[in-house]
Amino acid sequence: MKKEKSIMEKIAEANKTVTKGVDEKEVKHWVTIYIMGKPCRVPAALTIMQAMEYAGYKFIRSCGCRAGFCGACSTVYREKGEYKLQTAMACQTRVEDGMYLVQIPFAPAEKAIYDINEEEYDISVFFKYYPEVARCVSCNTCTKSCPQDLEVMDYVQAAIKGDFAQVAEGSFECIQCGLCAMRCPADIVQYHLAQLARRMYGRYGSLEEKNVKKRVEEIKKGKYDKEFDRVMSLGGTEFKNLYTEQQRTREVY
Amino acid sequence: MKISYFPGCTLKTMAKDFEDSALASASCLGIELVELPRWNCCGTVYSLTSDDLIHQVAPIRNLIRVKEQEDNRVVTLCSMCYHTLKRANKLVREDREKLDKLNNLMYREDVKYDGEIEVLHLLEILKNEVSFNQIAKKVKIPLKELKVAPYYGCLLLRPPEIGLDDAENPTILKDFLESIGAEVIDYPYQTECCASYHTVVNVDLVVERAHDILSSAINQGAEAIVLSCPLCGFNLDNRQKEIKEKFSDFKGIPVFYFTQLLALSLGLDEKVCGFELNFVDPRHLLKSKHLTGRV
Repeated sequence: MKKEKSIMEKIAEANKTVTKGVDEKEVKHWVTIYIMGKPCRVPAALTIMQAMEYAGYKFIRSCGCRAGFCGACSTVYREKGEYKLQTAMACQTRVEDGMYLVQIPFAPAEKAIYDINEEEYDISVFFKYYPEVARCVSCNTCTKSCPQDLEVMDYVQAAIKGDFAQVAEGSFECIQCGLCAMRCPADIVQYHLAQLARRMYGRYGSLEEKNVKKRVEEIKKGKYDKEFDRVMSLGGTEFKNLYTEQQRTREVY
Repeated sequence: MKISYFPGCTLKTMAKDFEDSALASASCLGIELVELPRWNCCGTVYSLTSDDLIHQVAPIRNLIRVKEQEDNRVVTLCSMCYHTLKRANKLVREDREKLDKLNNLMYREDVKYDGEIEVLHLLEILKNEVSFNQIAKKVKIPLKELKVAPYYGCLLLRPPEIGLDDAENPTILKDFLESIGAEVIDYPYQTECCASYHTVVNVDLVVERAHDILSSAINQGAEAIVLSCPLCGFNLDNRQKEIKEKFSDFKGIPVFYFTQLLALSLGLDEKVCGFELNFVDPRHLLKSKHLTGRV
């Protein structure tokens, strides 16, 4: 009987780079995509990221976890016959015939440097570091561009109202890909703003998590010292085996 | 009576005293102001450029939020929000093409706007639906001997087709203030502009104008100013610091939101009035008139 594959094996398989290893005889469906204008014939089953690798591109940027979590592989594209510019994560989006696309390796925006312990838990902190937030015209372009389907405009508006909790909760699943900021006609850098809000909310607004406090105390008292010592004393192979076993037995996703 | 309520950004921050006193007073008068879910900035300053539709998105999106609540009216407190929402509403009611364009811009909204919503100011609700006579009956602490000067500024009154009262000779604030027992001072500057957003880049201009307005009221015997706009409030209240620096003989005068005095007169807990947020502290004046510390 064929053994059922574990979820980790499935993920590993789905995400392997396909530059090599595709047997073209087995591919039934092909599409033509335009990578930065250049037509490339690629298997229809691939994601944008896999298709670009298939076409010969080697990623040194615009590529990260390959699982939709890290926000590194921002893509902008237009579908065949469609005028609207679309945004997505390259690792999460299947290629379509006639698609024009390009990777956006980075969203250029200055990230403010601050010490949350020295900032006032007040709306003024948003205007101090990201004053352009006040330029929002509620056009909702940010929301439309978000590959995480967050209500980006709503959390930007919450910032203007000084509602840290709503910004923090509304942006919790942000992967910082920067596509909102690339599309915003008011030049707001939504994801940096949201990070500031989450930090401030975590520091001043949210309730203290009792279990975390308890666990930190346990660690300080040395409850886990023995286990730490054991893991730290393992050799390379033993450590690797332990890690692999842990990944296999616990579903991290 | 339940009615959808659009607070606006400033009422959640610098003008929290305005919101708190309004919500408590409205509740005391039997009006439940139900805050709109997912409201956004009103658009702050109605755009006068005829083809600048992107700046009409914000106000119309808010009216869509009202429609989503299956309400046909929305009430505001801030004069700026009132003006921007009402004027954008008028624009799309009279220009179908612009309305269609705006709906198309907001194609992700489930509800299309069709000009159905009425934009109201709380003063209109107090006048037309509660009535000043009824308010007078509910007053527990009449503000007698308190000489107050109503200040309308621009946004409640102009242009006339948007204004909630006669643009030249408004009486709504006067009638309201009389209903809560105050002595109303007449002065010629009550509909003058406070200099608005010049406060960001041209403080001197604001100082001159605010000084003229406040001095005129003071010269007529006013002990306090009453208004309904956080921006006018900033210019007439907070800018008194700069006025005093420029005009050494200027003594200063407290500036109230009309709802602060309403809450006070209804005998509500002074905490909802938020007097500590007023730049020129009014508590000494109120105490000297025996209007505080009585509940």
